[in-house]
Amino acid sequence: MILYQPENHLALIAKVEAFAGDKLLGREEKSHYHQFRVRGADAKDLVRFLRDEPSLGFTYFIDLTAVDYQTYPQPQPERFAVVTTLLSPKLGIRAQVKAFVAEGDPRIPSLTDIFAGANWTEREVWDLYGIEFLGHPDLTRILMPDDFDGHPLRKDYPLKGRGERGNFPVFHATTRKPAEEA
Amino acid sequence: MGMSGSTNDFVTTTLATAIGWARANSMWPMPFGTACCGIEMMAAFMAKYDASRFGSEVMKFSPRQADLLIVSGRISLKMMPVLQRIWEQMPAPKWCISMGACASSGGVFDTYTLIQGIDQFLPVDAYMPGCPPRPEAFFDALMMVQEKAKKGQSKALEYITDDAVSDPAQSVACRTPDNNYVHNVDRSTPSAEKASHDKIADDKITRDGVAPGTSK
Repeated sequence: MILYQPENHLALIAKVEAFAGDKLLGREEKSHYHQFRVRGADAKDLVRFLRDEPSLGFTYFIDLTAVDYQTYPQPQPERFAVVTTLLSPKLGIRAQVKAFVAEGDPRIPSLTDIFAGANWTEREVWDLYGIEFLGHPDLTRILMPDDFDGHPLRKDYPLKGRGERGNFPVFHATTRKPAEEA
Repeated sequence: MGMSGSTNDFVTTTLATAIGWARANSMWPMPFGTACCGIEMMAAFMAKYDASRFGSEVMKFSPRQADLLIVSGRISLKMMPVLQRIWEQMPAPKWCISMGACASSGGVFDTYTLIQGIDQFLPVDAYMPGCPPRPEAFFDALMMVQEKAKKGQSKALEYITDDAVSDPAQSVACRTPDNNYVHNVDRSTPSAEKASHDKIADDKITRDGVAPGTSK
Protein backbone atom coordinates (compact mmCIF):
# COMPACT_ATOMS: atom_id res chain seq x y z
CA MET A 1 0.00 0.00 0.00
CA ILE A 2 1.23 3.43 -0.94
CA LEU A 3 0.70 6.00 1.74
CA TYR A 4 -0.44 9.51 0.95
CA GLN A 5 2.64 11.55 0.29
CA PRO A 6 1.98 15.22 -0.50
CA GLU A 7 5.35 15.73 -2.13
CA ASN A 8 4.41 13.25 -4.84
CA HIS A 9 1.32 15.23 -5.71
CA LEU A 10 3.24 18.48 -5.73
CA ALA A 11 5.90 16.93 -7.92
CA LEU A 12 3.26 15.71 -10.39
CA ILE A 13 1.69 19.15 -10.63
CA ALA A 14 5.06 20.85 -11.03
CA LYS A 15 6.25 18.47 -13.73
CA VAL A 16 3.06 18.62 -15.74
CA GLU A 17 2.98 22.41 -15.56
CA ALA A 18 6.61 22.58 -16.61
CA PHE A 19 5.98 20.22 -19.52
CA ALA A 20 2.72 21.63 -20.81
CA GLY A 21 3.30 25.30 -20.11
CA ASP A 22 0.77 27.45 -21.89
CA LYS A 23 -0.95 24.44 -23.37
CA LEU A 24 -2.44 23.62 -19.98
CA LEU A 25 -5.90 25.17 -20.02
CA GLY A 26 -6.66 24.32 -16.45
CA ARG A 27 -5.90 22.03 -13.57
CA GLU A 28 -8.06 20.72 -10.79
CA GLU A 29 -7.51 18.55 -7.76
CA LYS A 30 -10.40 16.21 -7.26
CA SER A 31 -10.86 14.06 -4.20
CA HIS A 32 -8.76 11.20 -5.51
CA TYR A 33 -7.19 12.33 -8.76
CA HIS A 34 -5.66 15.23 -10.60
CA GLN A 35 -7.26 16.57 -13.73
CA PHE A 36 -5.35 18.38 -16.45
CA ARG A 37 -7.26 20.13 -19.23
CA VAL A 38 -5.67 20.62 -22.62
CA ARG A 39 -6.66 21.01 -26.25
CA GLY A 40 -7.26 17.85 -28.22
CA ALA A 41 -4.11 18.24 -30.28
CA ASP A 42 -1.94 18.41 -27.14
CA ALA A 43 -3.48 15.48 -25.27
CA LYS A 44 -1.35 12.74 -26.76
CA ASP A 45 1.92 14.44 -25.88
CA LEU A 46 0.79 14.89 -22.30
CA VAL A 47 -0.32 11.27 -21.99
CA ARG A 48 2.98 10.09 -23.42
CA PHE A 49 4.86 12.33 -21.01
CA LEU A 50 2.90 10.99 -18.04
CA ARG A 51 3.68 7.44 -19.10
CA ASP A 52 7.35 7.83 -20.06
CA GLU A 53 8.59 10.23 -17.39
CA PRO A 54 10.47 7.85 -15.04
CA SER A 55 9.61 9.75 -11.88
CA LEU A 56 5.89 9.67 -12.64
CA GLY A 57 5.23 6.29 -14.25
CA PHE A 58 1.56 6.55 -15.23
CA THR A 59 1.75 3.19 -16.99
CA TYR A 60 -1.75 1.94 -16.16
CA PHE A 61 -4.45 2.96 -18.63
CA ILE A 62 -7.76 2.88 -16.77
CA ASP A 63 -10.34 4.31 -19.11
CA LEU A 64 -11.10 6.60 -22.00
CA THR A 65 -14.48 8.18 -22.44
CA ALA A 66 -16.03 11.44 -23.60
CA VAL A 67 -18.34 14.21 -22.46
CA ASP A 68 -20.79 16.31 -24.45
CA TYR A 69 -21.06 19.79 -22.93
CA GLN A 70 -23.72 21.08 -25.31
CA THR A 71 -26.32 21.60 -22.60
CA TYR A 72 -23.89 22.11 -19.73
CA PRO A 73 -24.74 25.23 -17.69
CA GLN A 74 -21.15 26.44 -17.24
CA PRO A 75 -19.34 27.47 -20.43
CA GLN A 76 -16.59 25.14 -21.58
CA PRO A 77 -13.74 25.68 -24.06
CA GLU A 78 -15.29 23.30 -26.61
CA ARG A 79 -18.37 21.16 -26.93
CA PHE A 80 -16.72 17.74 -26.57
CA ALA A 81 -14.10 16.49 -24.19
CA VAL A 82 -12.21 13.19 -24.40
CA VAL A 83 -11.28 12.07 -20.91
CA THR A 84 -8.36 9.71 -20.35
CA THR A 85 -7.76 8.35 -16.87
CA LEU A 86 -4.36 6.96 -15.91
CA LEU A 87 -2.92 5.39 -12.77
CA SER A 88 0.62 5.47 -11.52
CA PRO A 89 1.37 2.27 -9.60
CA LYS A 90 4.64 3.90 -8.60
CA LEU A 91 3.05 6.91 -6.91
CA GLY A 92 -0.42 5.62 -6.16
CA ILE A 93 -1.97 8.63 -7.90
CA ARG A 94 -4.57 8.86 -10.61
CA ALA A 95 -4.30 11.49 -13.31
CA GLN A 96 -6.97 12.51 -15.76
CA VAL A 97 -6.31 14.25 -19.07
CA LYS A 98 -9.37 16.07 -20.35
CA ALA A 99 -8.91 17.01 -24.01
CA PHE A 100 -11.38 19.43 -25.53
CA VAL A 101 -12.50 18.75 -29.08
CA ALA A 102 -14.29 21.24 -31.29
CA GLU A 103 -17.79 20.54 -32.52
CA GLY A 104 -16.98 21.45 -36.12
CA ASP A 105 -13.82 19.36 -36.25
CA PRO A 106 -14.25 16.43 -33.86
CA ARG A 107 -10.85 14.81 -34.33
CA ILE A 108 -8.14 13.86 -31.90
CA PRO A 109 -4.96 11.75 -32.20
CA SER A 110 -5.42 8.15 -31.19
CA LEU A 111 -3.70 6.71 -28.13
CA THR A 112 -3.58 3.18 -29.49
CA ASP A 113 0.15 3.28 -30.17
CA ILE A 114 0.79 4.34 -26.56
CA PHE A 115 -1.78 2.14 -24.82
CA ALA A 116 -3.12 -0.83 -26.78
CA GLY A 117 -6.05 -0.98 -24.40
CA ALA A 118 -7.36 2.27 -25.82
CA ASN A 119 -8.46 0.47 -28.98
CA TRP A 120 -11.95 -0.56 -27.94
CA THR A 121 -12.63 2.46 -25.75
CA GLU A 122 -11.83 4.76 -28.66
CA ARG A 123 -14.12 2.73 -30.88
CA GLU A 124 -16.84 3.18 -28.29
CA VAL A 125 -16.32 6.95 -28.19
CA TRP A 126 -16.41 7.07 -31.97
CA ASP A 127 -19.55 4.98 -32.02
CA LEU A 128 -21.50 6.98 -29.46
CA TYR A 129 -20.06 10.51 -29.79
CA GLY A 130 -18.71 10.63 -33.34
CA ILE A 131 -15.24 11.78 -32.33
CA GLU A 132 -12.71 10.56 -34.87
CA PHE A 133 -9.42 9.17 -33.60
CA LEU A 134 -6.64 9.83 -36.05
CA GLY A 135 -4.34 6.87 -36.51
CA HIS A 136 -6.68 4.29 -35.03
CA PRO A 137 -6.16 0.91 -36.75
CA ASP A 138 -9.84 -0.09 -36.95
CA LEU A 139 -12.22 2.75 -36.21
CA THR A 140 -15.56 0.98 -36.61
CA ARG A 141 -18.68 0.77 -34.52
CA ILE A 142 -18.49 -1.48 -31.50
CA LEU A 143 -21.87 -1.19 -29.74
CA MET A 144 -24.43 0.02 -32.24
CA PRO A 145 -25.28 -1.98 -35.37
CA ASP A 146 -22.95 -1.46 -38.30
CA ASP A 147 -25.63 0.20 -40.42
CA PHE A 148 -26.62 2.66 -37.70
CA ASP A 149 -26.71 6.33 -38.61
CA GLY A 150 -25.67 8.94 -36.10
CA HIS A 151 -24.00 8.97 -32.72
CA PRO A 152 -26.65 8.51 -30.09
CA LEU A 153 -24.95 9.73 -26.91
CA ARG A 154 -24.70 13.24 -28.28
CA LYS A 155 -27.02 15.56 -26.42
CA ASP A 156 -28.84 16.59 -29.58
CA TYR A 157 -29.72 13.02 -30.49
CA PRO A 158 -33.37 12.35 -29.64
CA LEU A 159 -33.90 9.84 -26.87
CA LYS A 160 -36.37 7.80 -28.86
CA GLY A 161 -34.14 7.81 -31.90
CA ARG A 162 -34.71 8.85 -35.45
CA GLY A 163 -36.96 6.01 -36.47
CA GLU A 164 -34.54 3.15 -35.89
CA ARG A 165 -37.20 1.24 -34.03
CA GLY A 166 -39.45 1.36 -37.07
CA ASN A 167 -36.75 0.70 -39.64
CA PHE A 168 -37.15 -3.03 -39.71
CA PRO A 169 -38.10 -5.04 -42.77
CA VAL A 170 -41.73 -6.02 -42.80
CA PHE A 171 -42.45 -9.65 -43.52
CA HIS A 172 -45.78 -11.05 -44.51
CA ALA A 173 -47.51 -13.96 -42.94
CA THR A 174 -50.96 -15.40 -43.19
CA THR A 175 -53.20 -16.55 -40.45
CA ARG A 176 -53.67 -20.24 -40.65
CA LYS A 177 -57.27 -21.26 -40.94
CA PRO A 178 -58.53 -23.99 -38.65
CA ALA A 179 -59.79 -26.01 -41.63
CA GLU A 180 -56.32 -26.23 -43.08
CA GLU A 181 -54.87 -27.79 -39.98
CA ALA A 182 -56.99 -30.91 -40.25
CA MET B 1 -58.12 -38.21 -19.67
CA GLY B 2 -59.42 -40.44 -17.00
CA MET B 3 -57.46 -42.71 -14.72
CA SER B 4 -59.94 -45.31 -13.64
CA GLY B 5 -59.60 -47.79 -10.85
CA SER B 6 -56.81 -50.29 -10.44
CA THR B 7 -58.90 -53.13 -11.68
CA ASN B 8 -58.51 -51.89 -15.24
CA ASP B 9 -55.09 -51.79 -16.83
CA PHE B 10 -55.99 -49.43 -19.66
CA VAL B 11 -56.79 -45.79 -20.19
CA THR B 12 -59.11 -44.47 -22.83
CA THR B 13 -58.32 -41.09 -24.35
CA THR B 14 -57.80 -39.40 -27.65
CA LEU B 15 -54.41 -39.24 -29.25
CA ALA B 16 -54.45 -35.44 -29.27
CA THR B 17 -55.16 -35.33 -25.57
CA ALA B 18 -52.38 -37.76 -24.77
CA ILE B 19 -49.88 -35.88 -26.90
CA GLY B 20 -50.93 -32.57 -25.38
CA TRP B 21 -50.62 -34.00 -21.89
CA ALA B 22 -47.13 -35.26 -22.65
CA ARG B 23 -46.02 -32.01 -24.22
CA ALA B 24 -47.40 -29.87 -21.43
CA ASN B 25 -45.63 -31.80 -18.73
CA SER B 26 -42.24 -32.04 -20.39
CA MET B 27 -41.52 -28.45 -21.36
CA TRP B 28 -37.87 -27.97 -22.12
CA PRO B 29 -37.12 -24.27 -21.80
CA MET B 30 -34.58 -22.34 -23.79
CA PRO B 31 -33.57 -19.47 -21.49
CA PHE B 32 -32.76 -16.12 -23.05
CA GLY B 33 -31.91 -14.10 -19.98
CA THR B 34 -30.45 -10.69 -20.73
CA ALA B 35 -31.24 -8.77 -17.57
CA CYS B 36 -32.47 -8.99 -14.00
CA CYS B 37 -35.50 -11.04 -15.07
CA GLY B 38 -33.00 -13.74 -15.93
CA ILE B 39 -31.97 -13.88 -12.27
CA GLU B 40 -35.58 -14.45 -11.23
CA MET B 41 -35.90 -17.09 -13.93
CA MET B 42 -32.84 -18.88 -12.48
CA ALA B 43 -34.39 -18.64 -9.03
CA ALA B 44 -37.56 -20.22 -10.37
CA PHE B 45 -35.55 -23.18 -11.62
CA MET B 46 -33.52 -23.64 -8.44
CA ALA B 47 -34.39 -25.84 -5.49
CA LYS B 48 -36.61 -23.47 -3.51
CA TYR B 49 -39.19 -22.79 -6.22
CA ASP B 50 -38.29 -25.84 -8.29
CA ALA B 51 -39.70 -25.69 -11.78
CA SER B 52 -39.20 -29.44 -12.08
CA ARG B 53 -42.53 -29.80 -10.26
CA PHE B 54 -44.00 -28.76 -13.59
CA GLY B 55 -41.86 -31.11 -15.62
CA SER B 56 -39.61 -28.45 -17.07
CA GLU B 57 -36.42 -28.84 -15.14
CA VAL B 58 -34.29 -29.51 -18.20
CA MET B 59 -32.88 -26.11 -19.05
CA LYS B 60 -31.61 -26.49 -22.60
CA PHE B 61 -29.10 -23.98 -23.81
CA SER B 62 -29.45 -25.36 -27.30
CA PRO B 63 -32.58 -24.18 -29.11
CA ARG B 64 -32.77 -27.36 -31.18
CA GLN B 65 -33.61 -29.38 -28.08
CA ALA B 66 -36.02 -26.86 -26.58
CA ASP B 67 -39.69 -26.09 -27.08
CA LEU B 68 -40.26 -23.14 -24.74
CA LEU B 69 -38.43 -19.87 -25.30
CA ILE B 70 -38.24 -17.69 -22.18
CA VAL B 71 -37.24 -14.16 -23.14
CA SER B 72 -36.34 -12.59 -19.82
CA GLY B 73 -34.87 -9.15 -20.12
CA ARG B 74 -34.54 -6.23 -22.46
CA ILE B 75 -33.85 -6.95 -26.12
CA SER B 76 -32.00 -4.38 -28.18
CA LEU B 77 -32.34 -3.81 -31.90
CA LYS B 78 -28.97 -5.46 -32.41
CA MET B 79 -29.98 -8.52 -30.38
CA MET B 80 -33.33 -9.09 -32.09
CA PRO B 81 -31.96 -10.87 -35.23
CA VAL B 82 -30.06 -13.24 -32.91
CA LEU B 83 -33.22 -13.96 -30.97
CA GLN B 84 -35.15 -14.51 -34.19
CA ARG B 85 -32.52 -16.94 -35.39
CA ILE B 86 -32.77 -18.86 -32.12
CA TRP B 87 -36.55 -18.94 -32.41
CA GLU B 88 -36.34 -20.28 -35.95
CA GLN B 89 -33.96 -23.02 -34.82
CA MET B 90 -36.45 -24.36 -32.29
CA PRO B 91 -38.50 -27.27 -33.60
CA ALA B 92 -42.26 -26.98 -33.64
CA PRO B 93 -44.41 -27.13 -31.62
CA LYS B 94 -42.91 -24.29 -29.66
CA TRP B 95 -44.05 -21.67 -27.23
CA CYS B 96 -42.70 -18.32 -26.10
CA ILE B 97 -42.92 -16.54 -22.76
CA SER B 98 -42.23 -12.82 -22.60
CA MET B 99 -40.93 -12.37 -19.07
CA GLY B 100 -41.02 -8.98 -17.44
CA ALA B 101 -41.90 -5.46 -18.44
CA CYS B 102 -38.89 -4.92 -20.69
CA ALA B 103 -39.47 -7.91 -22.91
CA SER B 104 -43.20 -7.27 -23.06
CA SER B 105 -43.22 -3.52 -23.65
CA GLY B 106 -39.75 -2.05 -23.41
CA GLY B 107 -40.33 -1.17 -19.79
CA VAL B 108 -38.79 2.08 -18.67
CA PHE B 109 -36.35 1.98 -21.57
CA ASP B 110 -38.26 3.98 -24.15
CA THR B 111 -35.08 4.69 -26.10
CA TYR B 112 -33.62 4.50 -29.57
CA THR B 113 -32.00 1.13 -29.05
CA LEU B 114 -34.60 -1.05 -27.39
CA ILE B 115 -37.36 -3.25 -28.80
CA GLN B 116 -40.68 -2.00 -27.47
CA GLY B 117 -42.13 -5.43 -26.93
CA ILE B 118 -40.82 -8.61 -28.50
CA ASP B 119 -44.31 -9.47 -29.72
CA GLN B 120 -43.58 -7.20 -32.66
CA PHE B 121 -41.23 -9.91 -33.87
CA LEU B 122 -42.08 -13.15 -32.10
CA PRO B 123 -45.40 -14.89 -31.44
CA VAL B 124 -45.71 -14.63 -27.69
CA ASP B 125 -47.92 -17.07 -25.83
CA ALA B 126 -47.76 -15.65 -22.32
CA TYR B 127 -46.85 -12.21 -21.03
CA MET B 128 -45.55 -11.70 -17.55
CA PRO B 129 -45.74 -8.29 -15.88
CA GLY B 130 -43.34 -7.20 -13.20
CA CYS B 131 -39.96 -5.61 -12.91
CA PRO B 132 -38.76 -8.25 -12.38
CA PRO B 133 -41.57 -10.76 -11.83
CA ARG B 134 -41.47 -13.08 -8.86
CA PRO B 135 -40.98 -16.79 -9.49
CA GLU B 136 -44.66 -17.27 -8.67
CA ALA B 137 -45.52 -15.12 -11.68
CA PHE B 138 -43.21 -17.25 -13.75
CA PHE B 139 -45.08 -20.37 -12.73
CA ASP B 140 -48.38 -18.69 -13.54
CA ALA B 141 -47.13 -18.04 -17.07
CA LEU B 142 -45.72 -21.54 -17.31
CA MET B 143 -49.07 -23.02 -16.35
CA MET B 144 -50.78 -20.84 -18.93
CA VAL B 145 -48.46 -22.25 -21.57
CA GLN B 146 -49.12 -25.74 -20.27
CA GLU B 147 -52.85 -25.19 -20.66
CA LYS B 148 -52.32 -24.07 -24.23
CA ALA B 149 -50.11 -27.07 -24.91
CA LYS B 150 -52.74 -29.44 -23.59
CA LYS B 151 -55.23 -27.96 -26.02
CA GLY B 152 -52.74 -28.10 -28.87
CA GLN B 153 -52.62 -24.33 -29.13
CA SER B 154 -49.60 -22.20 -29.88
CA LYS B 155 -49.22 -18.66 -31.06
CA ALA B 156 -46.54 -19.88 -33.45
CA LEU B 157 -49.11 -22.03 -35.24
CA GLU B 158 -51.01 -18.91 -36.24
CA TYR B 159 -48.19 -17.96 -38.54
CA ILE B 160 -47.30 -20.11 -41.47
CA THR B 161 -44.29 -19.70 -43.63
CA ASP B 162 -45.58 -20.14 -47.17
CA ASP B 163 -45.58 -17.31 -49.62
CA ALA B 164 -48.38 -15.17 -48.41
CA VAL B 165 -47.11 -12.39 -50.61
CA SER B 166 -48.51 -14.20 -53.64
CA ASP B 167 -51.97 -13.88 -52.20
CA PRO B 168 -52.22 -10.38 -50.74
CA ALA B 169 -55.87 -10.86 -49.91
CA GLN B 170 -54.93 -13.49 -47.34
CA SER B 171 -51.95 -11.67 -45.95
CA VAL B 172 -51.81 -9.46 -42.93
CA ALA B 173 -48.92 -7.08 -42.93
CA CYS B 174 -47.20 -7.75 -39.66
CA ARG B 175 -43.79 -7.92 -38.17
CA THR B 176 -43.38 -11.58 -37.76
CA PRO B 177 -40.29 -13.63 -37.15
CA ASP B 178 -38.00 -13.98 -40.08
CA ASN B 179 -40.25 -16.46 -41.79
CA ASN B 180 -38.65 -16.39 -45.18
CA TYR B 181 -35.14 -16.77 -43.81
CA VAL B 182 -34.09 -13.44 -45.27
CA HIS B 183 -31.39 -12.73 -42.73
CA ASN B 184 -29.19 -10.37 -44.66
CA VAL B 185 -31.64 -7.61 -45.37
CA ASP B 186 -29.96 -4.41 -46.46
CA ARG B 187 -31.27 -1.87 -44.01
CA SER B 188 -28.81 0.83 -45.00
CA THR B 189 -30.65 1.94 -48.10
CA PRO B 190 -33.36 4.43 -47.38
CA SER B 191 -36.75 3.23 -48.43
CA ALA B 192 -40.37 3.74 -47.70
CA GLU B 193 -39.94 1.58 -44.64
CA LYS B 194 -37.57 4.14 -43.17
CA ALA B 195 -39.94 5.26 -40.55
CA SER B 196 -40.53 8.36 -38.56
CA HIS B 197 -42.39 8.41 -35.30
CA ASP B 198 -45.61 8.78 -37.21
CA LYS B 199 -44.79 5.73 -39.27
CA ILE B 200 -44.26 3.74 -36.09
CA ALA B 201 -47.73 4.70 -34.97
CA ASP B 202 -49.09 3.51 -38.30
CA ASP B 203 -47.27 0.23 -38.00
CA LYS B 204 -48.95 -0.50 -34.71
CA ILE B 205 -52.24 -0.33 -36.55
CA THR B 206 -51.05 -2.70 -39.22
CA ARG B 207 -49.94 -5.22 -36.65
CA ASP B 208 -53.46 -5.59 -35.38
CA GLY B 209 -55.31 -5.68 -38.59
CA VAL B 210 -55.17 -4.60 -42.15
CA ALA B 211 -52.33 -2.75 -43.72
CA PRO B 212 -53.15 0.80 -44.75
CA GLY B 213 -54.34 0.97 -48.30
CA THR B 214 -55.37 -2.66 -48.56
CA SER B 215 -58.62 -4.34 -47.86
CA LYS B 216 -58.91 -7.51 -45.93
